[in-house]
Parts: sequence; C-alpha cells; structure tokens
Amino acid sequence: MNCINPISRRTFLKTSGALVVTFSLAPESVFSQRLDGASSNQVDGWLSVNADGSVTAFTGKCELGHGLYTAQTQLVAEELSVPVNRVKLIQCDTEITPDQGTTSGAQSHPTNFNHGSLALACATAREALTRLAATRLGLPADRLGVKDGVISAKTDPSQKVSYGELIGGKKFNLTLDTRAKRKPAAEWTILGTPVPRIEIPAMATGEFEYVHNVRVPAMLYGQVVRPPAVGSTLVSVDENSVIGLPGVVKVVVKKNFLGVVAEKPWQAIQAANKLKAVWTPGTGLPKHSEIHDYLRNKKPTRDTYAVNSKDVDEKLSSAVKVMKSTYFYPYQMHGSIGSSCAVADVQNGKATVWSASQAVYPLRNTVAMVLGLQPENVHIIFKMGSGCYGCNGADTVSYDAALLSQAVGRPVRVQLTRKDEMAWENYGLAFVIDQRIGVDENGTIIAWDYEAWSPTLGNRPGMTNPGNVVTGFLAGFPPAAFAARTPAPDPTNFANNNNAVPSYVTGTVNGNSGGTGNVRSQRVLSRDVVSPFWTGPLRSPARLQNTFAHESFIDEVAAELKADPVEYRLRHLSDTRLMDVVKGASKAANWDSRPSPRNGARRGGISSGRGIACVLYEGDNGYCAVVAEVDVHQDTGRVAVKRLVIANDVGPISNPDGLRNQLEGGALHGVSRTLSEEVTWDDQKVTSIDWRTYRPLPVGAEIPKIETVLINRPDAPAAGAGETAVTVVAAAIGNAIFDATGIRLRQVPFTPERVKAALGKIG
Amino acid sequence: MSMITLKVNGRTHMLDVDPATPLLYILSDDLALRGPKFGCGLGQCGCCTVIIKGQAVRSCVTPVSSVAGAEITTLEGLGSSAKPHPIQKAFIDEQAVQCGFCLSGVIMTAKALLDRNPKASDADIQQALSGVLCRCHTHTRMVRAIKRYAQGVKA
Repeated sequence: MNCINPISRRTFLKTSGALVVTFSLAPESVFSQRLDGASSNQVDGWLSVNADGSVTAFTGKCELGHGLYTAQTQLVAEELSVPVNRVKLIQCDTEITPDQGTTSGAQSHPTNFNHGSLALACATAREALTRLAATRLGLPADRLGVKDGVISAKTDPSQKVSYGELIGGKKFNLTLDTRAKRKPAAEWTILGTPVPRIEIPAMATGEFEYVHNVRVPAMLYGQVVRPPAVGSTLVSVDENSVIGLPGVVKVVVKKNFLGVVAEKPWQAIQAANKLKAVWTPGTGLPKHSEIHDYLRNKKPTRDTYAVNSKDVDEKLSSAVKVMKSTYFYPYQMHGSIGSSCAVADVQNGKATVWSASQAVYPLRNTVAMVLGLQPENVHIIFKMGSGCYGCNGADTVSYDAALLSQAVGRPVRVQLTRKDEMAWENYGLAFVIDQRIGVDENGTIIAWDYEAWSPTLGNRPGMTNPGNVVTGFLAGFPPAAFAARTPAPDPTNFANNNNAVPSYVTGTVNGNSGGTGNVRSQRVLSRDVVSPFWTGPLRSPARLQNTFAHESFIDEVAAELKADPVEYRLRHLSDTRLMDVVKGASKAANWDSRPSPRNGARRGGISSGRGIACVLYEGDNGYCAVVAEVDVHQDTGRVAVKRLVIANDVGPISNPDGLRNQLEGGALHGVSRTLSEEVTWDDQKVTSIDWRTYRPLPVGAEIPKIETVLINRPDAPAAGAGETAVTVVAAAIGNAIFDATGIRLRQVPFTPERVKAALGKIG
Repeated sequence: MSMITLKVNGRTHMLDVDPATPLLYILSDDLALRGPKFGCGLGQCGCCTVIIKGQAVRSCVTPVSSVAGAEITTLEGLGSSAKPHPIQKAFIDEQAVQCGFCLSGVIMTAKALLDRNPKASDADIQQALSGVLCRCHTHTRMVRAIKRYAQGVKA
C-alpha cells in the first residue's frame, strides 16, 4: 500500500519473483467505450504464482470503500485454494493490471465474480495446476485434491506438490478457458464468509495511504481558480498580483483554466485567493424554485421509449379509474468527505498521475488529450480516495494536477477546496416524472404510463471526452454533444438499466418479456434535456429517482383502492425473487397488513407509520425491499426514521458482513438524501458550497435501527450490492409518512418545511 | 516565517513555518502524517481532528502558532495496526469503516469525549458527533464501536 514510485509491470514482477511478461498494452484500436474495458484473455494477465507459492493477482476493478478489494482477494483465494493472506491483489494501474474500464454501476461483482475475467482466470489456473500435478505425481487428476496451495493425492497426502514447486515464478502461457469449472458455492470456505476488510486496521490507525497522502520528491502544490459563475470565461489575469508572494512558483493559464503553483499548500491557497482575474459575467441560471418547469419545457429533447405497447391510451380510456401523479427529485451531489485530490508528474513528454479515478485506462486516454501526449506516455496509478459514490471530482482534479505539473515541469499535488469540489462537480440528476395508472373493476392495474424529464451535461469522461468534467471543459474541450431525438424510436430489446420501467409491468418488447410484473399495457418515455449544471452518475443514478416515483405511485393506488401495500404489490408482480424480498422485509418487520393511511392518523403531535418499497436494481442486478418506520413530528415537520428493515438478494453472497455494511450505509445514505440533501443556486452560481449550505445526516444524528435480511442464492449469478438499498429508501419513507399522516410527499427532500406545508394544506 | 516547536505523538519537531499556517498542513505535509486529513478546510466535517489538551481540535482551522509547545495527538499517535488503541480496535472489530477517510473525526472526537467523561450517555455521544460527517453513512457501526469502547473504559 505504500507504492509511491511508479513501477512498471516488468519491474514489479521482477521484484515479486515472477517472470510473467506476456501482458502487453492493448493497441488503441482495441479500446472501446464498454464499461468493462478490453481485458486480458491470458491467465498471466490476471495472476502469477510466486516462487514461494504465494499468489499475486491483478484486477481492473478498484476499492471505493465498498469492500471490493477484500472480496476479490477472497475470490482469488477461494478459486485457487490458498489462504487469504497468501494473496496480494494489485488494482488498477495502467502499466500492470488488465483494462476493466470503469469500476461503477454496481457492476464489479457481475464482471469479476461470474464466469469471466478474474474468476475465470483463477479457475483456468487451478485446472492447469492440477494437470501439472497429475503429471508430476503420476496420478489421475480426479484423484487429487488441493489445500492451502498444495496439491496431494486424496488417499495419500504424502504424495504432494505445491503451487510454488509446480510453477512458482514461471508463466502459465494459457488462454482463459471458458470451460474451466469454478468451485461450486457449496464447497466455498473463504468466499461466503465474513472475512474482515483487509485495509481497516491501517485505516483506523492512520497508516493507510490514500491518494491524498501521496508525496513524491520535489513535489509542488497547486490550487485552481474556478470561474465565479456558471458560464463565465476568463478575460485577463494579473500575474503580478501574486508573483513575489512567498513560495509562488507560477500562474498557469490554459484557455479558461486558471491555477497557481507554490512550494507549500498554504502558500498556494493564499495565492489563489489573492490572484486578480477578470471574468465575463455568467450566462444566468433558471430559478431554483422553477427548475422542474424549466426541465419540462426545455427544448430540444432526446426521447427514448424503454417499452411501448401502443395501447396505453386506449386502455386508460377504458379503465374504471385513472390516477395520475407527478414526482420531483432535486439535483444532489456526491459531496465526497475528502475533497478530491491527485498528484501528477509531467516531464519530458511523459506523465504519471496518482488518481482515485474509477477508470484508470479511460483516464489515461483523456489525460493524454488534455496534455497533448500519446496515451502510451501516460501512466495512471490508482490510489484510493474518499468514498466517491459515483463521478465525483477524481477525474477533474487529475486533469488539474496534470495541467499544472506540465506547466512547471515538476510533480504537483492538487486538492480542491470544499467550494470548488461542491460548486463544480457532476451532480446527480434532477427529475420530473409524470405517471398515470388505469385500474379495472377488480382494482387491478391494466395500464401504466410514464413520462419523465431529466437534465444532462457532461458525464464520466470515458475514452474521448475530457470536457465532460469541468477542468477539461475549461481547458478547451467541449462536453459530449447532446444528441436531440424526437420522436423516440420504438425499443428493439428490453433493458431497464435506469429502472425507468416500473416493477409491475411485463417489460414486453418484440414479444419478449423482461420485466418483473403482470401489467401488459405499458409506455415508458424518457426525455433528456440539456442541464445548466454538470451531471454524472451518483449512486443509483436515475434508478433511485425512478424508483421513488414508481414505488410512491403504486402506494397511492393501493391507498385509493384501500388495499394493503404489500399485498397490492405482490398481486402485480411475477418475479419470485422480487416477491421474496418483499415478503422477507415485511415478515422481518412484522408488517401489519392493512391499507394506508393508518386508522386514527391525526393532526398534531407525533404520528407513526410504516411504508415499503422494492426494486430489481438495473432490471437485472440485485433485488431489494425495505420497510421504513417513521415518526412524523407534526408541530415541527421533522421526520424521524426509526427503523429500516432491508431484505436483499444479490445471488451468492461473497462476504455477508461486507454486504451488510453496504446495505446499512446505502440505506442511511438514502435517508440523508431523502430528508435533507438538495443542491441550491442563485441566478449566477451554485450556492451549495460547504457543509452549512449542503447538509447531510451527521454521525451524531438520530439513527434508525437497521436490520438486514440476506437471501443467499448460491446458484444464481453474482449481482451488485452497493446500490440496491439506497434505491428504495426514499419511496419507503414517503409511503411511511403517508401511512402516519395521510399526506403524500411527491418532492424530495422531505424537509420540515415541506412536511409542514403539506400538513397545512389538509389540516 | 518563524521557528515553532511542535510536540506531535510524543516527538518534538522544530519547524520554520508561516505561523498563520493551519496546523493540518504542517501535520500532513511537513510531518507527512496520514491520520488527520483535509476534508473541508472550514472546520465543518471533522476529518482533520487531533487531540490537544484533551480536546478534539479541528486542525484545518487552527493556526500552528496557537498550539506551539502543546502535546498534539493524531490518529496514528493512538496506536498502530500491529498494536491498535482500544478505540481503534473497537472500530476494527465492528468493521465500522467503509472508505475510512472520516475516521480522525469520528475516533478522535469520541475518544476526547470519553476520556473526559467515561460515563458519557448515548445522548452525550450523539451530541459530540453532531458536527462530524461520514459520507459513506457508516454511522450505525461507528456508534456501536464507540459504545463498545465506552464499555471497556467504564469497566
């Protein structure tokens, strides 16, 4: 963990005792925009067995605080039958590890734990080692067993040979074998167990090296100066305003990118504050209070149908009852606790960048674009940052450090100020969602109609768009072009990545049904519009917003029909795993089966209620249901979440305690976003610039009791776990508030002011 | 610039620094300590917390000149991964960490409180942590770890 000096894979392997040199950088043409990148098809690209029998493994999926480093180490240890402490995992380094694109979207488990990539490399290696042992021992492979890196005869353990003796320090020279058998979950002794997180002792004692702690010789400190308003451009800079201040090395300008480099961090900060620059006025922002109307009316749009059975209008006109509702979601921010940081060393046409980016290979390409270098001359080394929850400032600050280092020819460290982190990050999406439901005489839903607007500008930079984040844009790169499209084309296949399609419809496209429900008449139309702010994936991007709308709306319909919310959901679901998490959560919560609102819900004082919500995350990546119990303090409008009961099914569980940690954290993150998080701005600039103006739930807040029900499915594919719980919490809390009070909140966050206003309207 | 004597984790350092520099930069850049971290630079989140004279102090808004000569303890001053302090051990045992960036705020604030008041109530703990942030929202486990440590202190 103390790897400060960049090391090539060749050097690394030399020092680690192995001779694996088959891995080579893929030619540029191989790169694609695929999330999982162009990874190696060679065993040697993924692992090596060292002379002492220990294993070094390489992964393109990085630790973000979610426990993936430990879980992947367990995977390697399990598949190769070696102890966890004999595995050293190297993650995300463009000169050492396979290209697995971006670590995001809760896709790490599906990518590396199913029958591909890291898991497959390990399975291929184990079979190869067994074949080698069979030859060495003169016994058939099926009479051999392996334990702790030693292969022996099942009937005579004295006939044995170790991995180190078989291949230690040598290459496998093997292509990944798709027929290689992974160890069945029933035989797991390492995966599926609560192995403690490997980094925690170092983190808890201040020994762990984050990207923020990287220090290289001759390093300087940079500070950037962002525009004063959205749309401002740089007119002039008075370098004399800071030249001569203690430690100041250089003022750096590249188009609208402006920064200062100094010998010490405090000197850089003071110089940045004193630097005189003239900027054009901003281009103006829509009124905060009118953002949702602004989105609804903004042109042009990019329209997409996820499903369209083309009979929705007809079904709605024949329905016994039609209900409609509109839901609103604000811009929210990642708001990483450590403002983003990177160190770059750009000299002699080569660059090394220590970065907490989720995407080292894509970052290599875009850093090269920003610096005007060839990608092969850029080396990105992942160092863990503070939790990112998606596209935070990790990429943008990597460009900041690279640009400043290039200008001074020495290594430069940049850590953003709190304000620069918050005012310019790629926010989570605001949403406006209109929905209509028609029911028949039995109260069964017969048609579901959805139309939504959400804003977009920039995104992850990917392979070609440094202008998708603020620094690249300021340095002269445009964000990815907005591709207007209307009308929306008919869908060609069913996908529910954004959870725009509610759980209760069949998801039928071209005769194939990929959804989880029974309702056949369905239309889901999403309209993207250009955002005034940068946007990007924030934990459960669009999935949370859509699930809030769907899971609130089905509750409204159930209440109108005086049906129990659990029973009404189950009536319209077809997917048994989704039904099982609904049943699991409601059973564990001792769900009181009755319609909402609660009988005797009264005005004044504290009123209690319960609500439920569920999702199949991304349409195929983890099932989750949560029951929320709340107290609504009607005099103040304060909502206290008292209890959350989460049932989760992500297939085979790699590490039950790690999974619980993710579910608990995700659920509380959901509570914070539901009750208090909202980006604000005035007519020129963002005004959520610190922890007084953007207020998450502090550690000392009243914390709900959180219970988790883990449904283990050893034979199902592995799914993601980091973003399921956060997806369902907003709707469950809204439904619980309705149960307690009879008021329906359709706009997040549920602030005391909004609760009081809603109570006032009906009180 | 002026010479300032700092006592950090039992070691004495003589440093030639701008006396207005916030203590955090001296700790993390001049002394290369990894425990206290820059989270906000505004004293609002807790990531930079150290203990001075028994108090949890936010080093990002504390001029280094104001703590010259005082004993300063950082997260790494409590214990090591080989020999963690009991409060660190409680966090390890409870696996009360996700990204871990906020731990100086949570651990140092709780330790200062419990050193001062070993019988601190749940409400006292809550109050002490009301200005400490963890964006991974590991709150449940953190509070459990603090209470586990508090039990040991009382016993």
